[in-house]
Amino acid sequence: MTHTFYIAMSYGIAALISLCLIAWVWLDGRARSRELAELEASGIRRRSTPKPEGEKA
Amino acid sequence: MPQTAVLTKLTDLANPTRFLSLAARILPWMAGITAILFAIGLYLSFAGEGDYQQGMTVRIMYVHVPAAWLSMMCYSVMAASAIGTLVWRHPLADVSHKAAAPLGAAFTLIALATGSLWGKPMWGTWWVWDARLTSVFVLFLMYLGLIALNRAMDDPGKAARVSSVLILVGFVNIPIIKFSVDWWNTLHQPASVIRMGGSTIDSTFLWPLLIMAIAFTMLFFTLHVAAMRNEIWRRRVSAQRRMAARMAGQKTDNTAEKGA
Amino acid sequence: MIALLLRDVKLSVRAGGGALIGVLFFMTVVAVIPFGVGPDLNLLSRIGPAIVWIGALLSSLLGLDRMFQTDREDGSLDLILMQEHPLALTVLVKCLAHWLGNGLPLVIASPLLGLFMNMDEVAIGATMLTLLVGTPALTFIGAVGAAVAVALPRGGLLVSILVLPLAVPVLIFGVSASYAAVQDPAPFMPPFLILVAITMFFAVLGPLGAALALRNAGD
Repeated sequence: MTHTFYIAMSYGIAALISLCLIAWVWLDGRARSRELAELEASGIRRRSTPKPEGEKA
Repeated sequence: MPQTAVLTKLTDLANPTRFLSLAARILPWMAGITAILFAIGLYLSFAGEGDYQQGMTVRIMYVHVPAAWLSMMCYSVMAASAIGTLVWRHPLADVSHKAAAPLGAAFTLIALATGSLWGKPMWGTWWVWDARLTSVFVLFLMYLGLIALNRAMDDPGKAARVSSVLILVGFVNIPIIKFSVDWWNTLHQPASVIRMGGSTIDSTFLWPLLIMAIAFTMLFFTLHVAAMRNEIWRRRVSAQRRMAARMAGQKTDNTAEKGA
Repeated sequence: MIALLLRDVKLSVRAGGGALIGVLFFMTVVAVIPFGVGPDLNLLSRIGPAIVWIGALLSSLLGLDRMFQTDREDGSLDLILMQEHPLALTVLVKCLAHWLGNGLPLVIASPLLGLFMNMDEVAIGATMLTLLVGTPALTFIGAVGAAVAVALPRGGLLVSILVLPLAVPVLIFGVSASYAAVQDPAPFMPPFLILVAITMFFAVLGPLGAALALRNAGD
């Protein structure tokens, strides 16, 4: 077992965990924004956002 | 009235919608700066000479020390947000400490993993029940417990309030663990404490360490803002789903009445 | 206040309460250890104080979720929340009652288990004394966990997970004080006094935190 192995391992683990974290945050964000867009498309929006023209209250 | 001005600034920022637009603006910048800092830091940490043994394993420290520092800082951020939740009943503070818990757990895990990978060649063992290792392990368990607590409750507002009580109580525990460590060590085994006093660090090691620390901190803040944004979106989605369900229910009621 | 204390003590000593179960669990945990590490009396007497302490820690967790849960079920928690006394004071009294019902029996049972573990008299006395001082701290810490658990649908196990890391300092100083009484070079007083300090500290923080959690979990 050389020291290089341990160094590579530790950098690898750190990179793996950080990449998992970044991927999780990113994918989660994409999924949420897609859900919001779907809801928007089906005509449900927040009460505070103004309704577009031609839609009855 | 500078104080009120600051307060209005804060309340402006505290509006979730404003926060979302601000996050959308600054997130690309923060991600870019993080990437650049990591590039410089990684280059420096591998460019430094490492022909003698200690110099080689010191490279692990460039990852380990920033991760360990972040694991503590993340808890402090959570404690500050917990105060925000309890004192000002602020929705954004709820979101903040809920989003920070998984990040803190991940950085603590990095610190533990790299620490034991450093310990294997240097101490000859993966794990010792050294005070510092144990206290960081306890910190890791506390993060996991907080995540579990947040998952266990349906109502996000209540979950945030209850878990922030726990965060604050747990924050008091951190210095206690840190102090108890000294006592514990003197009674059981005197040393094997990692000691890297400021004077012993050569500037060739200090610079990469510093830049990596800043890079990790930026990474944390980027991920934190992004995770907060996701959490706000998630709450909006569930709120709007509820609204949609209510509207759909009303509609079916109407048609049923017409049919009858 | 006194009435509340008496009522809670009575409830916990009665058949359905956790006092007896806690002691039984304590004895079972300690009795299981020799099966795991083998019947080596020297080894047992060396690790004895630690085993007794860990057993006490685990069994004091056992009754925790009942602390506020039963009050919530029969509605008296709402009455406690509504009265004009400071809530933290009420919680403190409830903690004391809980300790009298669940903690004190553990302390009383510990010399017996010390004998089983082949500990000498000094070690038994030291362990009992540290338990007497340390178990209230466990109850106060546990009160926060129990108050958090009120908000949860099924919180029993999660409380133990949340509370255990907080109880680590108590365990460290309790065990090190018991060892210091036996082993010569180490002084007994410093860890013991720190244990006392921890208990007093949590006697303030625990009820305050629990009161905060109860108020927030109520609505």
